Amino acid sequence: MVVSPVPPADADLDRELDELFHALADATRRDILRRSVDGELSVSRLADAYPMSFAAVQKHVAVLERAGLVTKARTGREVLVRTDPDAVARAREALDRLELAWRGRVDRMAEVLAADRTTPRRGRDA
Amino acid sequence: MSVISMEKDVEGLTLTLVAEFDAPIERVWELWADPRLLERWWGPPTYPATVEDHDLRPGGRIRYHMTGREGDRHHAWMEVVSVDRPRALRVREGFADESGVPLDGMPVGTMDVTFAEAGGRTRMELRYAFDSREDMERLVEMGMPEGIRQAVGQIDALLAEPVSS
Repeated sequence: MVVSPVPPADADLDRELDELFHALADATRRDILRRSVDGELSVSRLADAYPMSFAAVQKHVAVLERAGLVTKARTGREVLVRTDPDAVARAREALDRLELAWRGRVDRMAEVLAADRTTPRRGRDA
Repeated sequence: MSVISMEKDVEGLTLTLVAEFDAPIERVWELWADPRLLERWWGPPTYPATVEDHDLRPGGRIRYHMTGREGDRHHAWMEVVSVDRPRALRVREGFADESGVPLDGMPVGTMDVTFAEAGGRTRMELRYAFDSREDMERLVEMGMPEGIRQAVGQIDALLAEPVSS
């Protein structure tokens, strides 16, 4: 399915990009991303892995979260960190995009059929 | 409303839509079979489609491009797998380079379209399936603005690295 390749840029996009690249520009944050793929580590478990304070690690996680790179989920007393975007969310986005494209196409098909009804095409099959 | 139903199967990576048109089956078939008609509905107003080749026979190719507001052209291909005029059509499709050659590493999917007439109205059912989860993922990435796409590429690469110890 070939859909509109690139949505228009806007101010939100610039901000989003700044946050993404800022989040990725730090070695500790990149390491946190890797460790959090399975979503089984809490912030305190993550903090154990680095020679820095719990608060510092918490800050790194907050930067990643703002950039949409990780999500946090509370289970009992722990807050687990999980690297996004996950596969299901992406599949949904792909299908949402297809749906949007096809809703537009079906509407236009109906328009073409309606237009041709009022002004019949001539001689095509004659 | 022309769209009767729309189903998205996240696990199976398929989209199934049913639409009904107030027109006989031959007219609806012509929307696909006549390249000049196909151009009138395939692309959105912001990316109109221009059909270059259109061979609606098994093994035949359809080549087209969509043109953006900046004059940017996005080429694509379809390969006709089977045709049962005016009741069914199966095509594979994907992105192409300027000469219509399918591009490697771009998403590919298959469309199954069936048509049935009842009481002067035509029901069209379309099922779109990505070839694989990778194809689906690529489509998501392609729709992303270039900067985001680069960032995602970096993320994928770094997630593939071993965790430091």
